[in-house]
Amino acid sequence: MSSDPKISIVGLHKSFGSNQVLQGVDLDIAAGKSLVVIGGSGTGKSVLLKCILGLMAPDQGSIRIDGEETTRLSQKDRARVAGKFGMLFQGSALFDSLSIWENVAFRLIHADHIPRDKAKEMALQAMARVNLAERNADLSPAELSGGMQKRVGLARAIVTRPQILFFDEPTTGLDPITADVINRLIREQVTDLGATAISITHDMESARHIADEIAMIFQGKIIWRGPAKDIDNSGNPYVEQFVTASADGPIDVMGG
Amino acid sequence: MNPLASIGRASLGMSRTTGRLALFAWRCILAMIRPPWFFGQIWRQILSIGFYSLPVVGLTAVFTGAALALNIYTGGARFNAESFVPNIVGIGITRELGPVLASLMLAGRVSAAIAAEIGAMKVTEQIDAMRTLSTDPFRYLFAPRLIAALIVVPLLVLIADIIGVFGGFAVATQSLGFNGALYVRNTMDFITSWDVGSGLIKAAVFGFIIALMGCYHGYVSGRGAQGVGRATTNAVVSAAILIFASNYLLTSLFV
Repeated sequence: MSSDPKISIVGLHKSFGSNQVLQGVDLDIAAGKSLVVIGGSGTGKSVLLKCILGLMAPDQGSIRIDGEETTRLSQKDRARVAGKFGMLFQGSALFDSLSIWENVAFRLIHADHIPRDKAKEMALQAMARVNLAERNADLSPAELSGGMQKRVGLARAIVTRPQILFFDEPTTGLDPITADVINRLIREQVTDLGATAISITHDMESARHIADEIAMIFQGKIIWRGPAKDIDNSGNPYVEQFVTASADGPIDVMGG
Repeated sequence: MNPLASIGRASLGMSRTTGRLALFAWRCILAMIRPPWFFGQIWRQILSIGFYSLPVVGLTAVFTGAALALNIYTGGARFNAESFVPNIVGIGITRELGPVLASLMLAGRVSAAIAAEIGAMKVTEQIDAMRTLSTDPFRYLFAPRLIAALIVVPLLVLIADIIGVFGGFAVATQSLGFNGALYVRNTMDFITSWDVGSGLIKAAVFGFIIALMGCYHGYVSGRGAQGVGRATTNAVVSAAILIFASNYLLTSLFV
């Protein structure tokens, strides 16, 4: 990397009992770049994301955001750093008890203490950016389809124009057309905001669409990293097996 | 060797749970006493815990008061002490049965509902989402429920006291031949403000336990429907046991 990375991860370890999930992850992400981490189920993608977000404390290692060590922050500082983040969860994670616009405006109202009228206006603008009509604003999340819920989740992630965006399996459970819509929206928003983005997915179509760079995680370590355009010619047998979705190769899917 | 190992494992597990619960309770108390407070959430919880629990608490109290009057009359008749029905119904309801039975019913209704709601929020990553939105779930989710329970459970118990005494009054005057005016005067003369006050202090403690158990078990619930189901059961059972245990401790302090 030529300049200081936006996010710098060094020697990250995380275990659950005897299960060593992350075994020394090293990863730098430059400002304004979109990195997609690919890997099979149970390889540590979600744990990596949760450690960066501060939702989980790593056992060992360092996570620096804009040069600031974030693994041992106080609750107050954690909330301040979280102000730089926007996150789209796999299942959207919308609050059932709140309307769509209240979901989108949640951070504005409760963390940034913006008056409700102003927050609603900003929420409607964010909804418009992900092609969600204003008539949906007062519905509850349960009244929307999975694709629309993803768009609400995306609107909630971008409403404060965050510096860093996280996407956890953004297309899981969506039909191919809706998945393409979500991929396009993610790419548009990352580009418009000039944000740094980290996504985790095992959907290669999604990875190709969203990524500037792709990294593959296997057995708790990053085993390959390169530009998204090189993913089909990585020269790495693990990546090749994953990209071609083949049961034959060095990754033993049957052995767990 | 194996039985010792089992005892050791159980002891360690219990110590771990106690420690986790104590830390959780401490974080909840800090969130309750330090601003910001989410007044909208507190009001919503007051309605949910308090207003919507009125029928179940009222019905429990009226039937308990009525049954108590019948039992005291039957027992008192063995040594010509039937006239003590108003006094013993009054003290029994205000000091003991009002707070304990109302709180047990609330443990079933409120602890279970809180554990299920928080557990479902955890499973669907809504609590993680809240954190990424710079909002502390201890302040936004747990503190409002605990504050609401602290306010509302004593009020519900006060209502249960009145309805319970009325239940005894109704049976005594309609079935047992008591004079209504005399019954009311005996009750009012006998019950002291400390009888009612001590019951309300118990109710506040029970309210805290009810909300705390719901929040804690929801927060530590496992994945999936089974995890949430287990959290709900654990919340109700642990709330009920802690209500009984703390009732004994408080009663021994108050007598």
